Amino acid sequence: MAADTAKVDPMHQFAIEPIFGSDWAIAGHNIAFTNSALWMLIAGICLWIFMIGGMKREVVPGRWQMAVETMTGFIDDLLEANMGKEGRKYVPYVFTLFMFILFANLLGLIPLPLAMAGVHAFTFTSHFTVTGVLAIMTFAIVLTVGFWKHGLHFFSLFVPHGTPTLMIPLIFVIELISFLFRPFSLGLRLFVAMMSGHVLLEVLSSFVIDAANAGPAYGVLIGGPSFILMIAICALELLVAGIQAYVFALLTSLYINDAEHLH
Amino acid sequence: MPQIAQMSETFASQLFWLLLVFGILFFVIGKGMVPKVMDTVGLRDKQIADDLAAAQAARDAADAEEEAWRTRENANRASAQALVGEAKAKAQASTEARLAEVQVGIDARMAQAEARIAASRDAAAGEIEAVAADAAKDIVSRLAGVNVDQTAALGAVKKAMAHG
Repeated sequence: MAADTAKVDPMHQFAIEPIFGSDWAIAGHNIAFTNSALWMLIAGICLWIFMIGGMKREVVPGRWQMAVETMTGFIDDLLEANMGKEGRKYVPYVFTLFMFILFANLLGLIPLPLAMAGVHAFTFTSHFTVTGVLAIMTFAIVLTVGFWKHGLHFFSLFVPHGTPTLMIPLIFVIELISFLFRPFSLGLRLFVAMMSGHVLLEVLSSFVIDAANAGPAYGVLIGGPSFILMIAICALELLVAGIQAYVFALLTSLYINDAEHLH
Repeated sequence: MPQIAQMSETFASQLFWLLLVFGILFFVIGKGMVPKVMDTVGLRDKQIADDLAAAQAARDAADAEEEAWRTRENANRASAQALVGEAKAKAQASTEARLAEVQVGIDARMAQAEARIAASRDAAAGEIEAVAADAAKDIVSRLAGVNVDQTAALGAVKKAMAHG
């Protein structure tokens, strides 16, 4: 039994393993091609293949072209709604971000058939090193745009209209802190949502395996419901995968809007 | 938790590959493909809008044409009706004139006929009186053996005829 429980370590799925290039390094930092990097690449290639379907540029679109145009239109509308006309120039960035995260989340959920072939899907969005870098990229764009467009006037973002003069220092500090927390909340939200779902699935699957090993009665009584719950949670995870990608894109657009228009 | 346990050893690799993949995606897909897709959508929207505008313009033109046709038609109908009315009035007038003329002729002929009838009647009455006077004189001379002169007989006949 001990061997079985050790096999189903819920956190093992998040372990990063080098595939090749273990000795590659830039300035002393190891940049081995890991399973994480592999799935980034797979997500990128899938996204690229998806986008090729949208390059037919027919006036009357087919289903695939329609799907691609729906996605670009979705991001375009999102930015238009939150930012107005200026939003259009951020479509490339937010679209790439949204689709990359979406594909990463969905590919990370690929279940059994691949796993049986020995290929384990790796959800790199469940690593805060990745989500953190994405969040910092967004934040860097916010800061660059903010200071580029408004200079030091950008700091007025931290003083909402109609603040009493006496309150300005206090409000400024509070707003500044909440502003500086944005990249953390942005990165952590995606990381936590993806990790918790995968841990939950793994824990439930360990219930199924352990219950089945403990005997047929346990297997039916505990393993069966756990298995049904797993399927339901898989559906929920698909939803979460979409929602988290959307939330990331939405918050990115809101933050950039703050930088574009202040208040 | 591998995310934390492996952080220091894998961070450089994660950062490198993420920036590489995301950078390539940003330039190839975000900058290369997305604008083309959006152009296609924009082009289609523009074409649809143009087609709709053209259809609207054609419809407006058709409406204007119909309106003009209707006005023209109404004018034509009104003038036709005026023409008919005029012809009718003219016909009526000429009929009336002709009728009046004929009526005058008829009246004259009727008056003549009446005059002729009256004259004939008077003549007939005179003859009847004369015949009656002769008859009366004859009857009187046969019954009474009295010879009545013509004048007296005529007077008696007139008196009797006046009494009916």
